[in-house]
Amino acid sequence: MKNKKITQNSGFRFLIVIAIPLAFFIICQFSMSAYWQKMITLFLINVLLCASLNLTNGFTGIFSMGHSGFMAIGAYFTTLLIMSSADKTARIEGIPGWLANVHAPFWVALLIAGVVALGVAALVGSLVLKAKGDYLSVMTLGLIFIIKGIVENNDSITNGSRGLSGIPNKLNLLGVLVVLILSLFILYKVVHSSFGRSMLAIRDDEAAASSLGIHAAAIKILSFSIGAFFGAVGGGLWAMLQGTISPSYFYLNETFQIVEMSVLGGMYTLSGSFYGAAILTFLPQLLSNLESGFSIGPVEVPALYGLSNIIMSIIFILVIMFRPRGVSGTSEFITDTMFSAKTYRDLFHRETWQEFADIVKTVFTKNKSKAEVLHTTEKKEEKL
Amino acid sequence: MTFFLVQLINGLKMGSIYALIAIGYSFVYGILRLINFAHGDLLMIATYSAWALMAAGVPVGLAIVIGIIITLITSLLMERFAYRPLRKANVETTLMTSLAVSVLLQNIVTLIFSPQIKAFKLPDAVTQRIQIGSVQLQVLDILIFAVTIVTLVVVSFLVKKTKLGIAMRACSDNMTAAELMGVNINHAIVFAFVLGGVLAGIAGIMYSGEYISFSPDMGFMIGVKAFVAAVIGGIGSFGGAAIGGLILGILEMFFAGYLPTEVTNYRTAFVFLVLIVVLLIKPNGILGVSTEKRS
Repeated sequence: MKNKKITQNSGFRFLIVIAIPLAFFIICQFSMSAYWQKMITLFLINVLLCASLNLTNGFTGIFSMGHSGFMAIGAYFTTLLIMSSADKTARIEGIPGWLANVHAPFWVALLIAGVVALGVAALVGSLVLKAKGDYLSVMTLGLIFIIKGIVENNDSITNGSRGLSGIPNKLNLLGVLVVLILSLFILYKVVHSSFGRSMLAIRDDEAAASSLGIHAAAIKILSFSIGAFFGAVGGGLWAMLQGTISPSYFYLNETFQIVEMSVLGGMYTLSGSFYGAAILTFLPQLLSNLESGFSIGPVEVPALYGLSNIIMSIIFILVIMFRPRGVSGTSEFITDTMFSAKTYRDLFHRETWQEFADIVKTVFTKNKSKAEVLHTTEKKEEKL
Repeated sequence: MTFFLVQLINGLKMGSIYALIAIGYSFVYGILRLINFAHGDLLMIATYSAWALMAAGVPVGLAIVIGIIITLITSLLMERFAYRPLRKANVETTLMTSLAVSVLLQNIVTLIFSPQIKAFKLPDAVTQRIQIGSVQLQVLDILIFAVTIVTLVVVSFLVKKTKLGIAMRACSDNMTAAELMGVNINHAIVFAFVLGGVLAGIAGIMYSGEYISFSPDMGFMIGVKAFVAAVIGGIGSFGGAAIGGLILGILEMFFAGYLPTEVTNYRTAFVFLVLIVVLLIKPNGILGVSTEKRS
């Protein structure tokens, strides 16, 4: 028998990446509490935000920290397009008439929000992407302050720093899942196209890439814009999920959280966004329970504000020290399984399942007691 | 004219604080290519330690000195435990680590002192106002200028004339070559963090003395702006950081003072606009030298 790893078996991959999670999401949608539904939807949205950031940060090597700025654009455009005109006039003082009356279905709103962010990113990118490395990071960070300034100071459109509430939620968990998979599919295709390979070339050596005829400036701007598009879609979904938005939501905390997810999960892969989003969505929630005080047996631990952040940052520093490329490293396990035709083709071959069964068998035999294993090896030797 | 002078003095005050922080940024960045986001939080450490000591009854002068020493120690711990293990890691990783360190420091302080905004009170002798010509000044303002000038002179001497300072600049120019010439890289880096820590400590005390209220997240935004100042001046250059800081402080105060209120709300955005414009015209900052890799 070939000595094949279980992770290379299409049947196993299908089960672990597609079938089981899908079943889980469906169960979750129909029988879990609203709190957990919200958390899991938030996780899916975070995956999208993180994957779109990986496109620029990991694949193209433009380390952007302005992602929450694009999220803000997405959130505000989506909100203003899907809210009813009565709601808008009631909530926003002095809203211009045309804005109050404009209305769109949510998917059109998400697309429009994405396109606006794409345009803004192209404009900003053409100015900012001439800078390199850390300068670029700080400039993109500046984008957040600029967008926050604009949102806060145009009260008649955005309701200023008071923010907007009562945003209708048009998508449930499964709807968000569909949007996520569609977006990931597009990102996957982008990464695996000649355009995607140009991005990698620019990341690894811009001078060499340019000398081979790759139009580095254009590709950098385009990849920045595509990242912004999906960032804005994520922002729109986020606004619908939370129901309220205000400029302070899309500030430093949010942007650092996305960048942290991306680095922690592994920013050189799309799959990494799943790990990063999972860690940073669920762990802080669990840790925040500690903050309000708890007791270990007779010992009462008082409320400790900021404890969860301390633990999170220590975890981050430790992970980065031992796995500098993030949890996923360079493996595209999840997206490769989801989007390559091979996975689905193999499902209809008998050999796949045969192999799967074999591997499972060997795994179980390995777990048997040592004596038995020794016994079987002796037998084999006798045969030989 | 009076208004102009007042704005200029405000700008110089803010600029002095930016300059002191920017110099620390610049040293560290020059050697390690690391934007140390936690550098701004050193201001907060200095303020909180001095404040806590004063509240415990330690005399003001001593409290401030101990506060600055605590800041210095924090800076060293940061280098030893967060950045030294990552010296070979890529830029993005260390950048994110510095953010994590920043969050860590802010939350440790929140844990100890609660997230409430507090007031930093210096003795009346320092905060009393005096009239010079048509301008009213605090004694503190004059102290800020004096301390900044003295600090700049001392630091410039340390960097230009002492062996460690020269080693540090050599590392900043070319780390490998410096190492081959027998420079102890670790000493040079530690020296950069020591200087950065002390300067940030001084700046922190000045800032809180001037603006009175402080909270655990006070340092971050000033830190980011100081980094912008360092970039504007030309990162890695001592004079550049000082000039960048002063220019940024003055521009920011004039922007806030002279333009209508609808525009002044964009004060932070304006800082970054200045950054973008300067970098478009002079990609290496005002006094910076080209770092473009030619291979």
